Amino acid sequence: MELILIWTGVIAFGVAMYIIMDGFDLGVGILFPFARHEEWRDVMMDSIAPVWDGNETWLVLGGAGLFGAFPLAYATTLPALYVPLILFLVALVFRGIAFEFRHRAETSGWVWNLSFATGSVVAAFSQGLVLGSFVQGLPIENGQFVGTAMSFLTPFSLFTGVALVVGYALLGATWLVRKTEGELQDWAYGWAKALAVGLLAIIVAVSLWTPLMQAEIAARWFSMPNLVLLAPIPIVTAIVGLALLLALKARRETSPFMLSIGLFLLSYLGLAVSLWPYMVPRAITIWDAAAPPETQKFLLVGVALFLPLVLIYTVIVYRVFRGKVRHGEGYHH
Amino acid sequence: MDVDAVLLSRLQFAFTIAFHILFPTLTIGLACFLALVEGLWLRTKDTRWRDLYKFWVRIFALAFGMGVVSGIPMSFQFGTNFSTFSIATGNVLGPLLGYEVLTAFFLEASFLGIMLFGWKRVGPRLHFFATLMVAFGTTLSAFWILSANSWMQTPQGHIIDEAGIFHVASWWEVVFNPSFPYRLAHMVLATLLTTSFVVAAVSAWQVLTDRHGDTARKALKLAISAAAILAPLQLLAGDMHGLNTLEHQPVKVAAMEGNWESGPNIPLLLLAIPDEEAETNIFEIGIPNGASLILRHSADGVVPGLKDVPPEDRPPVAIVFYAFRIMVGLGMLMIAVAWLGVLLRKRLPRPYLWGLVAMAPTGFIATLAGWTVTEVGRQPFTVYGLMRTADSVSPQLTAPTVMTSLMLFAIVYNMVLAAFLYFAVRAVRKGPAPDTAPPPEPALSPHAHDHAAAGAE
Repeated sequence: MELILIWTGVIAFGVAMYIIMDGFDLGVGILFPFARHEEWRDVMMDSIAPVWDGNETWLVLGGAGLFGAFPLAYATTLPALYVPLILFLVALVFRGIAFEFRHRAETSGWVWNLSFATGSVVAAFSQGLVLGSFVQGLPIENGQFVGTAMSFLTPFSLFTGVALVVGYALLGATWLVRKTEGELQDWAYGWAKALAVGLLAIIVAVSLWTPLMQAEIAARWFSMPNLVLLAPIPIVTAIVGLALLLALKARRETSPFMLSIGLFLLSYLGLAVSLWPYMVPRAITIWDAAAPPETQKFLLVGVALFLPLVLIYTVIVYRVFRGKVRHGEGYHH
Repeated sequence: MDVDAVLLSRLQFAFTIAFHILFPTLTIGLACFLALVEGLWLRTKDTRWRDLYKFWVRIFALAFGMGVVSGIPMSFQFGTNFSTFSIATGNVLGPLLGYEVLTAFFLEASFLGIMLFGWKRVGPRLHFFATLMVAFGTTLSAFWILSANSWMQTPQGHIIDEAGIFHVASWWEVVFNPSFPYRLAHMVLATLLTTSFVVAAVSAWQVLTDRHGDTARKALKLAISAAAILAPLQLLAGDMHGLNTLEHQPVKVAAMEGNWESGPNIPLLLLAIPDEEAETNIFEIGIPNGASLILRHSADGVVPGLKDVPPEDRPPVAIVFYAFRIMVGLGMLMIAVAWLGVLLRKRLPRPYLWGLVAMAPTGFIATLAGWTVTEVGRQPFTVYGLMRTADSVSPQLTAPTVMTSLMLFAIVYNMVLAAFLYFAVRAVRKGPAPDTAPPPEPALSPHAHDHAAAGAE
């Protein structure tokens, strides 16, 4: 019993790490086409080049962890979300190759700019499609997906698609605020302000939409004593949102990125409250989906031993590459 | 269930995995090569080793990026296309993949950043440490993924419940299943051998076209010596792997040998045209008693035949048969070329060097052929003898959906491969000179002088 709860926590942690870490580097890609010069694009790319690969590894951990600890959820969800997932994976290919190819391009630079920007937007959008159709609930009977390949496509999932593009762009913009200086930083501030307002509006919209869409979610939030117990989540979200706007206005350099991450984590927490205890919403609970204890235990030993080590590497790498990125500094060989 | 969706899912998996494996095959070996030359540089202070590092790390970075982007879809395809297989085997394979990510992927992904971009930010020792961690990480990932694959070939250590789901009884037996040590040795040797021939080919070309000849000659000598040791070792490892397969997957061996009737005094077929309908070979050239001698070490040793099992339990014979001959043939060629190089080492003639250039793709082709033998030879099962491929796919997928994704992967991967080859060839043509024009900005870190000194050669 506790094992399943621990595993739910581990998967939730892995997914949160992925959303934040790949989120900001996808965000940099989303803002890429709007940069004023090629020189800015060099700096933007250099700011994430040493870390993007590690960031994306959290996605693979999420996939492998789900496969190992909750195989039923993995095997039910993935075929149901086939189309947006394939779209997502192909987009990641386009985006990932751009890091090396763009750097070496002499005349084909624009191809890799396009590949990087489009890949980032499509990856973020299709992740949002996956999220939205997942939250909405997949048509599942007896542990089998019974919808069609296009079941994922709904107004709500399209909206969450846009939501993630905006949200990741905000993470990207505040990351750039932190890592750059001068005109590029001014530009990033401008984007961050607009995107922060946009994301806050989206959070309000989703918070109203989900309880209207599903009575279970409305009951979770608006019944007593939950109403009182859960009230801190929206209140803190509002405070963090306000703090972010003020920090951007005051041109703080570090806190906007941290506050944007805070907004993501709070939205994520809100989502978790709405969906608990489902591994696949409204169809499979974490107890139904869990692998047998011997599998969960074996994998948990690895997590207990290696996850701290992974976090140490991450800290080392981010420390090595701390500070502002300047043009011409990032070339590697 | 839609039969076409099964076939298309298999094609998609085969295509994406065959594409993916090309890059780890190069990066595992190249990571070890880079660790070696960086170590030699730190020890001898001979800057030619550092030049070699700086040249090869560019090829490595390209190949590594390709490996990462083509690898991520793999970890999701079990779920998207083979969901029934995922439910049945998730308890066994999920943790193995989980360990791969935790122990290997994070290690290599984290330290790769320092290896590629950290020259100015860390000292030479920490940089060397990063290279070692990347080399170690790539090898560890081979350990876990081959354990998972080997379990699918020679499953043990599990119990199957009445719903057909695999439960682990002993993790030790699952991880160290009977074919795992052989498969791991065979694959790691394949990556080292492939890399040796790639390094030899590129260096030979540099010598031939008179580019940085002195540095290239050092790499050439190293690569030929490595190949001369590795190629015969690979023959030995392959032979042991084959004997292991004979013990655990006799039908696969029968397909590799193109042998229909089990019995003694079986010839070693050099060439044949297997006819699966007629259950015989239309045409055969062979060495009498050869297969018996190799597999049983005696002329009248009994070799299994395909007819030992009903037709529905046999793998596609012709594919396995030909792929095996391609692999072995290229292996023999590698031994010959490497040893010729050792014999000629004083003065390598130009035709020999051109021969080395032509050898560049052999390791990749042999590796793909070897994987074809082992994977197609496992058919019609995903878990050998226990779970059929036809019962492994996602039941709800339709042919048009998978057809679309397969075409998408085929188009995208081919475009990406073309770009990779273009940039890789260009990096080779440019040679060890720095490929970006702007010199470093003023000192940014206490270690900047290392780089300045390095840049002043």
